[in-house]
Amino acid sequence: MLVGAVFLASCVEMVEALTIVLAVGHTRGWRSAFEGTGAALLVLGALVAAFGPALVHVPLSVLRLIVGAVLLIFGMQWLRKSILRASGLKAKHDEDAVYEESVATLRAAGTSIGRDRIAFVMAFKGVFLEGLEVVILVITLGTSAHQLGLASNVAGIAVVLVGLCGVIVAKQLSSVPENLLKMSVGVLLVTYGTFWTGEGLKVRWPGGDTMLLGLAAIYSVVTYLFVLSMRRETSAQTQGASA
Amino acid sequence: MNERPNVVFRLIRGFGQFWWDFLVGDTPELFVAALVIIGVIALLSERGHFNAAAIVVLPVLATLALAGSLVRAVRLSRRK
Repeated sequence: MLVGAVFLASCVEMVEALTIVLAVGHTRGWRSAFEGTGAALLVLGALVAAFGPALVHVPLSVLRLIVGAVLLIFGMQWLRKSILRASGLKAKHDEDAVYEESVATLRAAGTSIGRDRIAFVMAFKGVFLEGLEVVILVITLGTSAHQLGLASNVAGIAVVLVGLCGVIVAKQLSSVPENLLKMSVGVLLVTYGTFWTGEGLKVRWPGGDTMLLGLAAIYSVVTYLFVLSMRRETSAQTQGASA
Repeated sequence: MNERPNVVFRLIRGFGQFWWDFLVGDTPELFVAALVIIGVIALLSERGHFNAAAIVVLPVLATLALAGSLVRAVRLSRRK
């Protein structure tokens, strides 16, 4: 489950980062896009190297409580967003639209002579901000489960895979079922968040780690019921508007 | 000389802004709900049958928090 959560979360964030990098590369040239991406990856690597080992010295119960709370909040945010999108109350995250928007912004900035600062900053910002979310998830999930190495490797594989897919599919990232991925990650994050918040507060879960499966099943059913109920709400709103 | 504090201030502000967007963003109710959940479980730990109660209360409160946030989103969409 840890592997699945880290892998899926990394994929979702990296698809978003890749959209921006592709927009920068196609519009303003690949050199600045790659430089910005490389610089962001270096800074993110330094952050993992600096904060990852330091977290090992924090008492486990305190660490699990903080990690649990962060994952619970973040997971609920992802679940809320994906439920609203699945029920039609919120527009689906359209990578094509994000791509077009980024291209328009970059074209409006005009051309630059020499090193393209705008392209560098945009690629750096896109990769750094999306990557920072991956770093937080890797560090929090990895340290709490005492598997920081495994979590880092899985995130690395996800980043490489998404990068390769980006090269193959070019800019057709809208074909990635992002909302379904986001919903699955949301369920896993809330599951881990609940579990570790409890562990941090000295709750003894029946069955130990096996309870993670039980919590994931509960939250999956809850999510399904919320989507059904919200879809009914959406269709009632649509009928009310057309009447 | 004035450049350095300015850069440091911007970095600190950017760092704070990132965490604010990451944890609070446009769903402050979920942030507050997480704090309430921790508070309730901490209070329960002072009572008897803490473990059994916490096992039930934790996922129930998380589900209620999510439901509350969804209701808020529906209300906001109706106003638009």
